[in-house]
Amino acid sequence: MIDLIQMIVNGVAVGSSYALMGLAMVIIYKTSEVPNFAQGEMALISSFFAMMLLTSFNMSLYLAFFLTFVFAVLLGFFLEFAILRRAKEPNILGMIVITIGIEMIILGFVSWKFGADQKTMPFPIGPYDSFIIGDIFVSKLEVLTLVAALLLMTTLYLFFRYSKLGLAMKATQQNSVAAQIVGVRTNRIMMMTWGISSLVGAVAGLLISPTIMQPFMMWDPMLKGFAAAVMGGMTSLPGVIVAAYMLGIIENLFGGYISIEFKTVVAFVIIVLVLCVKPSGLFARHYIKKV
Amino acid sequence: MPDLLEVKNIETYYDLVYAIRGASFAVKEGSITTILGNNGAGKSTILKTIMGQIEDQPDKGIIEYDGIPIQHKDTDEIVRKGIAYVPEGREVFEELTVHEHLLMGAYIRKDTSGIKKDIEQVFDYFPVLRERTNQWAGTLSGGEQQMLAIGRALMLRPRLLLLDEPSLGLSPILVKEIFSIISAINKKGVTILLVEQNANMALSISNTGLILENGRFVMKGKAKDLLEDKDVKEFYLGIKSETSAKGYQRWKRKKAWR
Repeated sequence: MIDLIQMIVNGVAVGSSYALMGLAMVIIYKTSEVPNFAQGEMALISSFFAMMLLTSFNMSLYLAFFLTFVFAVLLGFFLEFAILRRAKEPNILGMIVITIGIEMIILGFVSWKFGADQKTMPFPIGPYDSFIIGDIFVSKLEVLTLVAALLLMTTLYLFFRYSKLGLAMKATQQNSVAAQIVGVRTNRIMMMTWGISSLVGAVAGLLISPTIMQPFMMWDPMLKGFAAAVMGGMTSLPGVIVAAYMLGIIENLFGGYISIEFKTVVAFVIIVLVLCVKPSGLFARHYIKKV
Repeated sequence: MPDLLEVKNIETYYDLVYAIRGASFAVKEGSITTILGNNGAGKSTILKTIMGQIEDQPDKGIIEYDGIPIQHKDTDEIVRKGIAYVPEGREVFEELTVHEHLLMGAYIRKDTSGIKKDIEQVFDYFPVLRERTNQWAGTLSGGEQQMLAIGRALMLRPRLLLLDEPSLGLSPILVKEIFSIISAINKKGVTILLVEQNANMALSISNTGLILENGRFVMKGKAKDLLEDKDVKEFYLGIKSETSAKGYQRWKRKKAWR
């Protein structure tokens, strides 16, 4: 019983980082219908930027993180403005290849600038600090990840629900032509989408960095986040969150009870199953256009 | 009345397709102007060109709104000048509520109290929408979506309203209702440019009618005169004249006024 609870707790914790990466991808996918495969690397370069500020510039933690978030938003703006917007007559396949290209460029840049070896992030909470509730180990980092994820999700929810800009973003996502004809500058909305998405990714990256800090650190979370996004239907924010937590928990249970070797594979088995049964994802809604 | 919108000799391409082949017309302030034409004549293309919805078009020509050229401007800039547009097939936001739609319609406005008043005004025009305030637009019927699209356009407080086939896919009773509301909106001082297939209905509320064929205007005139015109009657109103039983004559006449 304690094993089970322990596994679920760990699953929830790891699910939080999947949820953040998945959210970041869904936010962009909803507006531009492009699965952004550079998402992980955008978070990667933001994390390394934070590390650079902390170690080379000896900045205080808050200032460094604040600057990192600013950097992440600007990075998102820049990539959208300088690269994706320039794509002439974009089709989805071409855009995907562009994002993969961005991913490789950033990955190469980070490897070249910082080296491919494991680094340590001077994070105030180490990966092994933990406390015990009853008989269950909970690492402090896991708690922080969960809290940060929940906070960010709530903020995003409130933002999309109540702010004018959030409303305009939703509108652009649902129908960009209609958004244009009520006077929304859809280009700018697109840029902001990338900024917000990059920021969400950067938070995930920072929370992962104490455990693992090298150029490939974001691959696993990004692929799992993408898996969760697909499971959730690619367009639903609550969907991706639920799917990400499900994925984290199932993965841990599978690892604990069945096979630890195939733990990471199980996510993709689940995707295959979901796509066979409900190809549009678990939480996607579809409207038939009325004529 | 001065001309609010003046289109001078515009030519629009879709890639290599020559869609609008030199069209000129003017819309007088406070009037209702209707563009009629068959499928594929280029009616919608004209509106899209005016709204800057087709990239890099018009290829040639000038579009003047209130004396200022607006061709090659971004759509949102044109909207900010006071032109509202209801596209064909009622482009609504599926997962926004009716209320959120109307707020989006007023996206470029800042006056909160005025927006509230205008929402009430839209509900007065379309009482059905009031009952659906918190319902997602994707769950509305086609007619309700059309009303919502028109209501959203009105939230801009436009001087000029472009309507692309508001009667598309609606029942005859609903069509009548929509047209009477369009007429009422016009009486409040909004200039209207209408594109329609339903010639009879459209001409009956319009001041001026224009007939478009293959990207060129072939006839212009007062709506009343067009309703009486022999050719218009036959080709657009579906009232057959007797001689047209002989096919060659129909061919001759149609050719003659192209």
